[in-house]
Amino acid sequence: MTAETATGTMADAPGRWTTRFKRVPVTLALAWAVVFIVLAWAALPSLFAGYSGTEGVPGEQLRPPSAEHVLGTDGLGRDVYARIVYGARHSLSGAFVAVTVGLILGTLLGLIAGARGGWIDAVIMRLVDSMLAVPSLLLSLSIIVLLGFGTINVAIAVGAVSIARFARLARSEVVRVRRSEYVEAAYGSGGTFWAVLYRHVLPNSLTSVIALAALQFGSAILAISTLGFLGYGAPPPTPEWGLLIAEGRNYLSRAWWLTAAPGLVVVLVVLSADRISKALGRTAP
Amino acid sequence: MTVTPILQVDDLAIAYKTGDREQRVVHGVSFSVAPGEVVALVGESGSGKTTTAQATLGLLAGNGRVESGTIRLNGTDITNWSQKRLDSIRGAVVSLIPQDPGSSLNPVRTIGSQLAEVLQIHKRGDRRAIHARVIELLERVGLTPAEMRARQYPHELSGGMKQRVLIAIAVALNPALIVADEPTSALDVTVQRRILDLIDELRRESGTAVLLVTHDLGVAADRADRLVVLQNGRIQEQGGVKEVLAAPRSAYTRRLLADAPSLGKPRPARPGIESQDFAIEVTGLTHDFTVTGGEAKSFRAVDNVSFKVRRGTTHAIVGESGSGKTTAIRSIVGFIKPTAGRILVDGVDLTTLKGEKLRQFRKHIQLVYQNPFGSLDPRQTIARIVEEPLLNFEPIPAADRARKVRDMLARVGLSESFLERHPRALSGGQRQRVAIARALVLDPRVLVLDEAVSALDVTVQAQILSLLDELQKTLGLTYLFVSHDLAVVRQISDTVSVMHKGRQVDGGPIETVFGRPDSAYTRELIDAIPGRSLPVPGVPVLAVPSENPPRLSP
Repeated sequence: MTAETATGTMADAPGRWTTRFKRVPVTLALAWAVVFIVLAWAALPSLFAGYSGTEGVPGEQLRPPSAEHVLGTDGLGRDVYARIVYGARHSLSGAFVAVTVGLILGTLLGLIAGARGGWIDAVIMRLVDSMLAVPSLLLSLSIIVLLGFGTINVAIAVGAVSIARFARLARSEVVRVRRSEYVEAAYGSGGTFWAVLYRHVLPNSLTSVIALAALQFGSAILAISTLGFLGYGAPPPTPEWGLLIAEGRNYLSRAWWLTAAPGLVVVLVVLSADRISKALGRTAP
Repeated sequence: MTVTPILQVDDLAIAYKTGDREQRVVHGVSFSVAPGEVVALVGESGSGKTTTAQATLGLLAGNGRVESGTIRLNGTDITNWSQKRLDSIRGAVVSLIPQDPGSSLNPVRTIGSQLAEVLQIHKRGDRRAIHARVIELLERVGLTPAEMRARQYPHELSGGMKQRVLIAIAVALNPALIVADEPTSALDVTVQRRILDLIDELRRESGTAVLLVTHDLGVAADRADRLVVLQNGRIQEQGGVKEVLAAPRSAYTRRLLADAPSLGKPRPARPGIESQDFAIEVTGLTHDFTVTGGEAKSFRAVDNVSFKVRRGTTHAIVGESGSGKTTAIRSIVGFIKPTAGRILVDGVDLTTLKGEKLRQFRKHIQLVYQNPFGSLDPRQTIARIVEEPLLNFEPIPAADRARKVRDMLARVGLSESFLERHPRALSGGQRQRVAIARALVLDPRVLVLDEAVSALDVTVQAQILSLLDELQKTLGLTYLFVSHDLAVVRQISDTVSVMHKGRQVDGGPIETVFGRPDSAYTRELIDAIPGRSLPVPGVPVLAVPSENPPRLSP
């Protein structure tokens, strides 16, 4: 046994994990920081904002950023920073619903297609292909028209559009894993179809899918904001980020901070989700 | 010193950078290659033999760095030459025959144009002259008709033919030194022999020196003039092949010699088996594959194969790639349904079972795969891997399961500290032990080993083989051992089937098949095994001598 331990070239692998944790790249740390701050906004907005997200202060309209109003005020005297903080809950929960819908339904479809193969695979994947053929904005708009307006409906629509992407990725991962020898070995040791699916195929295909979910989280925020901007989302007093940008549009020449501030937040969150997704994708064994 | 050596390596130290640590993998290696000489760098994986060879061409991976020492080519120090400067000598003065013919050729270009490339880079004549030289080279390496071969793409050639193309590229400019990095490891033995003969021949004609990197002591013994034995980046010993093999000075060389399977060695005595019943009876096994694409054609991968294996013995299936041996055993373990034939395992016809019955039957026959890196789920711990088969059958209390897993790991020689580790933290040999433990945890009666030791270093291979031997004795297992390596097969099996192009061309007890082979193919296979020059052991390798003749005359 001693001879073999000597040839163990990867015997120090557990050590590498600890060093990996010690040296998280700066950009990744920043990305997580952004996400945590935004999550905290969504959880406890009153802790971060001194003003109400919906009630304006009379006589304080269109104030530029100052010590009192960090990001200025809008046309009704509402603090822009407070609106962004209160809006986090709407935008994030929307993105969360969207990603959950896409992740669960898409992965399920991909899993079935990849694991079963044959005509089931063909039918599912052609459906997915036709979903991808339609521009995503058009598809979400059609779904919203069917479901009706509102934050949750917008989220579901955005999520439904991403089902195709999840399904394709999940299928290709499942097919890859299914061909591996450890899956065959699991069948060979008497594993049933479902046992093998649950023990080996699902966990080994999920890494990339989770990475896509993080990426999709960013684009969902963007898509929801887009639909909010177009007026399909939450009704006006709601401080949803897309709506904030849309409302600011009328004052673009006089009050740049109305669009710039929420826009910047959206960009930062999307970029952070992107960065985290990249890091998650790398942890695949 | 009378002649300037072609290659002179002095006190070479090479380090690889991982993260921000530098790890030294080659420690003060010195050796030289004289003109026209074949020097073999021998060692196991991780010994630094490939790294050393790459350094002589300036082809170290991006994170590798020569820390100290010098590499002199024809007396010129090239250690610190830039890549651009090295380009002028690569191909012309020193060239490489890479390890894997499968991935060393550009799949979208014809082999003629890839061969012409090296001539164009070094500006050897106009288009017409280059074309003529390409044809000449292809003929020289035995790729005929050369005009047709020059227009073919890599995928139209077999592995051996691709290796010939790579050799043609390597010798195109008549270099003074060829570095051959495991040139035949990916090839079948008969092809290996032809390729090595070709390299020998080309070398004799043009007086090229060869630095042969190999893990196979047999190949080195047959083909090299001098041996350099490396272990963990240090030279264990070097000298003339005959001297080193006859009287190895280092303990490591002695162990390599002892562990290398060779036809010259006496066969270990196999326990006499009194058992009269058969654990496996295969009759008329035939398997057709339908080839899709174009018109539907069928291809007979296995053609009327029959053999019987007595309980508690080892039967080997031997064949080269494409011989149908893998298809045959996949039928025998019940992964595919054969087109025709009967497979009785413990008296039950496997071909009639399906669904739940087949699943239940799987506990009697288990398979160990060739590649221990692919057959273990990277996300599971060792404990989970070995436990999993137990979860598939009648529920066993968790405590009993855990005990069984620990017992089984102990049985294959792994301590409890391995339980919570993941496969990636294990060496190849350790992983194969885990794979064996997983196969045995269900108490099967038949164990099918698909090239189970082929991917391992010889010393690890010897350890696994002795483990298998011991398990067979204590558990009364029947083995079906699939291998391309006749030397290994001869050491551990009682009976053998030789397969060639789907047919069983030879079969019976080892002594008969090896002593008086029925078919020309078996003779060719036996002749092709490298290691004839290995000495009949001066060290007592195996305690019990056999009455077998030590050397087999074809």
